[in-house]
Amino acid sequence: MTQTFEFTLNGSPVSVSLGNEETPLLNVLRNALGVMGTRFGCGLDQCGCCMVLIDGAPEKSCTKPVWSVAGKTVTTVEGLGTPQRPHPLQQAFIDEQAGQCGYCLAGILISAQALLKRNPSPTRAEIAQALDGNICRCGAHNRIIRAIAKAAAQMRASAGTAR
Amino acid sequence: MNAPILPGPLADNPRLDRWVTFPAPGKVTVGTGRVELGQGVLTAMTQIAADELDVAMERITIRSGDTEFTPNEGYTAGSQSIQFGGVAMRQACADVRGLFIDQAARVLGCKSSELSIRDGIILRNGAPTGQDYWTLAATVDLAGKATGSGRRKAVADFASIGQSSARLDLPAKIFGAAAFIHDMVVDGMVHARVVRQPNRGATIEAVDDGAIRRAAKAPIEFVRNGNFLAIVGNDETAVELAGAAASDHVTWRHVETPTPLQAEASWLVQRPAIDRVIGAPEPADPQGRARFEATYTRVHLAHASIAPSCGLALYRDGRLTVWTHCQGVFPLRAALSRTLGLDAAAITVHHVQGAGCYGHNGADDAAADAAIVAMKMPGTPIRVRWRRAEEFVYEPKSPAMAVKVRALLDDAGKPTDWTAEIWSGTHNYRPGAGGNLLGAQALPNPPPEPPPGDVPEANGGGATRNAEPLYSIASKRIIHHLVMETPVRTSALRGLGAMPNVFAIECAIDELAERAGQDPVQYRLALTTDDRARAVIEKVAAMAGWQSGAPGGAGRGRGIAFARYKNRAAYAAVVVALDVDETIRLRHVWCASDAGLVINPDGAINQLEGGIIQSASWVLKEQVRFDNGVSSLDWETYPVLKFSEVPEIDIELINAKDETPLGVGEATAGPTAAAIGNAVSHALGARIRDLPLTRERIMATLLKE
Repeated sequence: MTQTFEFTLNGSPVSVSLGNEETPLLNVLRNALGVMGTRFGCGLDQCGCCMVLIDGAPEKSCTKPVWSVAGKTVTTVEGLGTPQRPHPLQQAFIDEQAGQCGYCLAGILISAQALLKRNPSPTRAEIAQALDGNICRCGAHNRIIRAIAKAAAQMRASAGTAR
Repeated sequence: MNAPILPGPLADNPRLDRWVTFPAPGKVTVGTGRVELGQGVLTAMTQIAADELDVAMERITIRSGDTEFTPNEGYTAGSQSIQFGGVAMRQACADVRGLFIDQAARVLGCKSSELSIRDGIILRNGAPTGQDYWTLAATVDLAGKATGSGRRKAVADFASIGQSSARLDLPAKIFGAAAFIHDMVVDGMVHARVVRQPNRGATIEAVDDGAIRRAAKAPIEFVRNGNFLAIVGNDETAVELAGAAASDHVTWRHVETPTPLQAEASWLVQRPAIDRVIGAPEPADPQGRARFEATYTRVHLAHASIAPSCGLALYRDGRLTVWTHCQGVFPLRAALSRTLGLDAAAITVHHVQGAGCYGHNGADDAAADAAIVAMKMPGTPIRVRWRRAEEFVYEPKSPAMAVKVRALLDDAGKPTDWTAEIWSGTHNYRPGAGGNLLGAQALPNPPPEPPPGDVPEANGGGATRNAEPLYSIASKRIIHHLVMETPVRTSALRGLGAMPNVFAIECAIDELAERAGQDPVQYRLALTTDDRARAVIEKVAAMAGWQSGAPGGAGRGRGIAFARYKNRAAYAAVVVALDVDETIRLRHVWCASDAGLVINPDGAINQLEGGIIQSASWVLKEQVRFDNGVSSLDWETYPVLKFSEVPEIDIELINAKDETPLGVGEATAGPTAAAIGNAVSHALGARIRDLPLTRERIMATLLKE
């Protein structure tokens, strides 16, 4: 029996009709909605490639059933910024050339965004710890950590200016 | 006058329009057989083309790894893309530029020497002529052959080469665009999962298709060809559920499973092998001379790409089109042709980026899976994506290796005779070396296994890669036992045998230095006559503030190691500082490398750094376990280095821009492994010769002391 699920994706309401309410949010994003930035890595909640924000909290979407996000807000990497209006994290990742193959980056950017929300001035160790749920296999770790520290500084500076 | 010698890939692909075309005003398309694996090769190739063609990088679109359009450069592997493919690209572009200059001279009625090019515009004595690449393109025949006569830029004239240009492919990955093969959608595409044959020779006994359909919770279909069984459907979730359930509902006969014993390198030593000796004959009478002997081992490793392998295929009107993230589209096409009995001319293979692979992972096999299903479903595009456990179990593994070092020493404790005796399965089961595609083994009349072989020495060797120390030792030899049967498929992983061999050599050198009562840095320098090797060793020691005689043995240690990859690619020396209690905590890593002319310094550093971190992960954590089959199935049973375990790393490149480029991608894996081994020994006051350096091994070593 087909059911309809509604939630907010990157600021816009979306509605999907599915036969299986257990369909993982990741598959809904990628297959039903064609939003490809969030990647499949393991399907086991282990690698962090599929990290999204659900009502602001970082969650792995590969095992998250779609029914559980009905009525909630979901933010994916596409919701952070665009090439024209990059999020400070995205700009810092480009500035630091933080990546090799880049498959892990969408999930890492989401984890980083969640970290900076709760801790605007993280130390190197705090950044690293916040990313322990994300696997990078190419060895771009230190660039990624540098980029996040740089974005944090940038965001603190603009917050100071705004105030 | 002799004709200039063309760089290898250009001699193999002399038609210039495979390398460069001018498709529309202001636009340049460049083709390379090398593919993007996350190493930044497409950016580096674009930099090369921009300089040699005298056009802005922004004008260039790069096409890579495509049987229809690009040069055939075999595999993107072995740190050879820039060292060989880049040199070929330079010459191809220089030839094209030369043809256009000559044509412009004819059109303008002047001498070629009066002409130059600025961003594609032909200048005469510095002034525009009204001619450019695009006005002349119709009159210059690029279907002709390269001659090697185009003059390549002098180092001093490089504008783009040598600059840290930003990676062209990164923005799509940072903004979440469809950047990977996993993101490809073809009209009418259906999803597929393969019910994997447990091993070659296993046959399907029974399929409970009703149970599998119920697990899917949406319509699915089965595609079967011999013992190749796939599940297909429109709904990926259903196909995934069915694929996961299939292991409980398909039974197999003739199942063989590797045993825990076979996971150990020591298992290799008594196995049937093809033996050979490379190098000097054994000394006749070593009696009376001091000897050293020690055996170093490493277990099987997984590529463990962050994304499971994926492939797409469409068979329509007698033609097969395949999209793959493999490292060699032309060898894959040939293998598909053999497997499917289809003429290679009827097969097109396109490379699409995947996650980092670091060697021969499941990419070729996933493409073959898609092709096998596609042949049964003409007209329907098929997308296969492996499951995480499928990737861990079925990707070809890097083989376990045992390396016994034997040395005879002079009175000063320096080696005068050196033997590396190696036991290993093959490092090359690539389709291009005759290896079977995984799915082919399940088809009716599966192809025979190829005869055992390994990468030839001319290509750097497989198990023997870097087995010869670069040090000045009067006589050296390698004894290679190519173990004929391995418990699982084994093939190329970043550096092949270089990591275990450099680990063995550089740990042995440290053990010899200690025996001789000498500092490890000084001992190495005394054995090194190669100035570029000396320079990286001295440089890294200075970077790390290396102090001779620093006390160890209290849980804090530091170690150094050096190698020149394949003894002919980049030089790298690494120092590691670490702490050991029950486990190892890396504190800092320093690296100095000489890679000759570096096209993109930041890209080279990124590769060297990635190699350090991956090698640290191998050494500290990684081993493929066998327990009733491969039992490393996910990131919990095959853990890799986490962010919080990665040390800070400093890397410096030696300025050697007048030298030829040297491949860097695999240069740090060996030195890092050995530097960690040496630092652990320094910290513990005891040597561990078996990788990985697990808590169990550390505890056992501490108890022995």
